Amino acid sequence: MSELIQFIFSGLTNGAIYALIALGFTIVYNATEVINFAQGEFVMLGAMFMATFCALGLPIPLAFFLSVGIVALIGIIMERLAIYPARHASHITLIIITIGLSILIKGVAMFAWGKDPLSVPSFLGDTPIHLLGATIVPQKILVLIATLICVLLMELFFRKTMVGKAMRASAVNRLAARLVGIKVEPLVLLAFALSAATSAVAGVVISPITFATYDMGTLLGLKGFSAAVLGGLTSGLGAVVGGFVLGLLEAFAAGFISSAYKDAAAFVILILVLLLKPEGLFGKGATKKL
Amino acid sequence: MKNQYLALTFLAVVILTIGFLNHNDYYFNILNILFLKGLIVIGLSLLMGYAGQVSLGHAAFYGLGAYTSGILTAKFGWGCLPALGVAQLVTFIAALMIGLPALRLKGHYLAMATLGFGVIVYIFFKELISLTGGPSGLVGIPPLEILGKVFMESREYYFLFGGILFLALLGALHLAHSPFGRGLLAIHDSEAATVSLGYDTNRLKLIVFLLSAALAGLAGSLYAHFAMFIAPTSFTFLHSVKLVTMVVIGGVASLWGALLGAAVLTILPEVLTVFEDYDVLVFGAILVLIMIFLPEGLFKGLGKWIGQFRHKIAT
Repeated sequence: MSELIQFIFSGLTNGAIYALIALGFTIVYNATEVINFAQGEFVMLGAMFMATFCALGLPIPLAFFLSVGIVALIGIIMERLAIYPARHASHITLIIITIGLSILIKGVAMFAWGKDPLSVPSFLGDTPIHLLGATIVPQKILVLIATLICVLLMELFFRKTMVGKAMRASAVNRLAARLVGIKVEPLVLLAFALSAATSAVAGVVISPITFATYDMGTLLGLKGFSAAVLGGLTSGLGAVVGGFVLGLLEAFAAGFISSAYKDAAAFVILILVLLLKPEGLFGKGATKKL
Repeated sequence: MKNQYLALTFLAVVILTIGFLNHNDYYFNILNILFLKGLIVIGLSLLMGYAGQVSLGHAAFYGLGAYTSGILTAKFGWGCLPALGVAQLVTFIAALMIGLPALRLKGHYLAMATLGFGVIVYIFFKELISLTGGPSGLVGIPPLEILGKVFMESREYYFLFGGILFLALLGALHLAHSPFGRGLLAIHDSEAATVSLGYDTNRLKLIVFLLSAALAGLAGSLYAHFAMFIAPTSFTFLHSVKLVTMVVIGGVASLWGALLGAAVLTILPEVLTVFEDYDVLVFGAILVLIMIFLPEGLFKGLGKWIGQFRHKIAT
């Protein structure tokens, strides 16, 4: 029983991270129909900046907001420099551009921070909490809380604010949104900023558990992508559910099958979803068949 | 095709001249790897440029070929040719399992499915230690032996790989200029129009995907015997991306361009050893810049730029 709770908890923690990354994928996908394969690098950058600011002795809340803010800015710069100039190009071209960006960002990070993992202090100390016989690090609970707050804020933004509604409108039909007077281009910039920021939050909160390394983003990004596909790529709720489902399945696979193959779980699910239910759990409409 | 034959003859002359004049094994080794990469990008170029689909898992097919050949010969004492045959079969079945369902759907499902497939296969190479040797690699793969002839020297491999690449290119060029190839090219422009012309586009796409996977598998089998050692790091997602980049650099709908792309990305790291670890950085930058500014590829794109420049001077 205590083992099961341990699995569930580690599944929920990782799932929260995948959920945040998947949310980032859907925000950009809804605004531009681009699958941003550099999404995982935002997670890495968040963790790296957090490690740097903590090493400089900045208080944790300040370091948190600085890291997330800088990564959001990097997201905007990326859109302006690399995505915007190629906005009329084919989907293959855009996919390849984002893959190139991911490699480029990773290379720059290796250059700037080196190859060794950087440590980040836990936000709430290291005394473990005992819950129903399982031992849980407080940071893991913080990851869950931060994710829930982040998801709620996003939901509020997209449902209640004018800008959020405009973003949803242009995701449904860009031309129609233009016709009713919505300026789409600044919204695309905002989408990149929001998507980079949510991923950066994931990187910042996970960094005390996993350390920060220049190559941590790729696998996390790909798993977040699998979660987004599972959720249907267009649905924020789907992304969050997909993330948690993926995290839990992965934790069970690691616990009951073999920890060596746990990283494969996300991709087995990705392929199964593509083969069996390509529109995902919450995707809009049926996928076009030829 | 006339121009193509001229170019092919030129290529054959260049391959033979280098083969007879060069005595440096280091150069032969680089060119051997280049020939194998060339085999893969020929298939990938047909897939991307002609069928308009992208595979982000071709390093996995390359790896399946390499590991099947390697394991059967090193661990079970099979002969090279039967092992190569089984390796082809394994690659073919894997490609069929991914391609058949993914290509039924409109959009870039093949890219996503091959991406997932590539990561899974890589994890198996790394974790199936009793068979693959795990992260430290598979040792004891015998050199290539075909009908009693054992290939030992780099030069022998050079002529073999050069010959195979030549034949593959000849075949691919014929395919590209056949009704089949024109059908593929039409898919790239408009799938609906191609269907209305009576082409079964799903079948065309699947065939070209299977063909490209088979070529990658063949290159993998040959690589295993040539290097006599394989490790999972040669078959990562990054490697798949590198293969795609080779095709992209040359301009997707050009087989010659893809080969030039393979040459650039194989030889460049050897020349630019100053970059050491940072070669990935340079490589990422190249990929992004070419896609943004020269989406038709380095060679076609630069030609266009020069044309515009001339036009500006003239007016």
